[in-house]
Amino acid sequence: MKELKVDPIKNGTVIDHIPAGRVQRVLAILKPRSTDVVMMGMNFSSKVMKKKDIIKIEGRELTQNEVNSIALIAPDAKVSIIRDFKVAQKSTVQIPERIEGLVSCPNPKCITNAEPMTTIFNLDDSSSRDLACQYCERVFTADEMTHI
Amino acid sequence: MKHLISMRDLSADKTIQLLKLAESLEKDPSQIDLSRRVMAAVFYEASTRTRMSFESAMKRLGGEVIAMVGTSGTSVEKGETLADTAKVMARYSDIIVIRHPMEGAARYVSEQVDVPVVNAGDGANQHPTQSLLDLYTIQKSQGTLKGLKLALVGDLKYGRTVHSLAYALAPFKPEFHFVSPKSLGMPPHILSDLRKMNIQFKETKKLDKIVSDIDIMYVTRIQRERFPDREEYEKVKNAYIITADLLENAKDNLKVMHPLPRVNEITTDVDSTKYAYYFDQAENGVYMRQAILATLLGEAK
Repeated sequence: MKELKVDPIKNGTVIDHIPAGRVQRVLAILKPRSTDVVMMGMNFSSKVMKKKDIIKIEGRELTQNEVNSIALIAPDAKVSIIRDFKVAQKSTVQIPERIEGLVSCPNPKCITNAEPMTTIFNLDDSSSRDLACQYCERVFTADEMTHI
Repeated sequence: MKHLISMRDLSADKTIQLLKLAESLEKDPSQIDLSRRVMAAVFYEASTRTRMSFESAMKRLGGEVIAMVGTSGTSVEKGETLADTAKVMARYSDIIVIRHPMEGAARYVSEQVDVPVVNAGDGANQHPTQSLLDLYTIQKSQGTLKGLKLALVGDLKYGRTVHSLAYALAPFKPEFHFVSPKSLGMPPHILSDLRKMNIQFKETKKLDKIVSDIDIMYVTRIQRERFPDREEYEKVKNAYIITADLLENAKDNLKVMHPLPRVNEITTDVDSTKYAYYFDQAENGVYMRQAILATLLGEAK
């Protein structure tokens, strides 16, 4: 029988296949409300990833926009919406075409690092995970980005 | 076209329109009247040539110029944000020409104000008016932009001008020789873009071998201020010095260009040869900037 390391949830969201060690960063982006019941698993064994992290949020269904906001650090995450203990909906995450105010520009000479303004990045090419800063025009890989 | 921020925003058609207008303004500047229009030159860092070229362009079309040059003694020093400075300047003027050391500053300003904004250089990022005046100069000297052989010489790693020029010329199927010391070669991402666009290029350290093969020699200064490491600069600062002797076997139509100021990259004995074209290039900057100002102010017919 499959061993359940984390309690199943009745209603809510499960985010699986988070790269090991990144669960706290994912939570920092999702910013759970103080009333949310959150279970966090780290370093679970995984066939595909060897090790993975996992998050379960009881009583809250994440929107696709919320889900996509974690795409830069957990690009292969699988998201399941749970209703009455059953998987009602499954989705993967996608890097949005345009990312506003979520990450800072790694270029220290970029104006976004000098002025009180919102950063904007555009997906450079839909087949890649590279992001172009709307201001300094430099292109960065998702791994180079730091969340604000 | 509301603003001119980056060559990336400019279509080939729009570029050709600007080239045509520059040519026509060179012949007859009286066709455009910018009287009672005010251009604000907002320069956060020193630049003699770009600023004076813009001022000359505006004034020769009958317009007026107000200027902030450097931040010393201005509201910027008191801690005013770029957005606030820009919003105030927009109330004083009909068009803003901005140079700023931070990359993306001009784009940001263009989002903050209702008047047209021209990027006159944002750090190492873009300097589109330089690229356009270079295109105009190449076209004027060769009669075409198509299928030319160009050598870009000097600092190809940090040189914003040559990066921009390589992209600006790409639609016209050029053949490039990239001539630089190994440590100052064209950045790999630019080479990869050129390969994707099927642009032919060769990289070399030796300039003398290719002089007889090219139509344009574009020389850049190896700029000390762009080097993180002083030692690296000392090793390469005198890598290429263009002399009249070097040009002995050049093609008749060869023109030597340089964005200026030169230090010692081109010796003064080149100035009196038929190949010297850098002072014409500087003059062409005025016609191209006239074309840009007239277009953005809605006066181009």
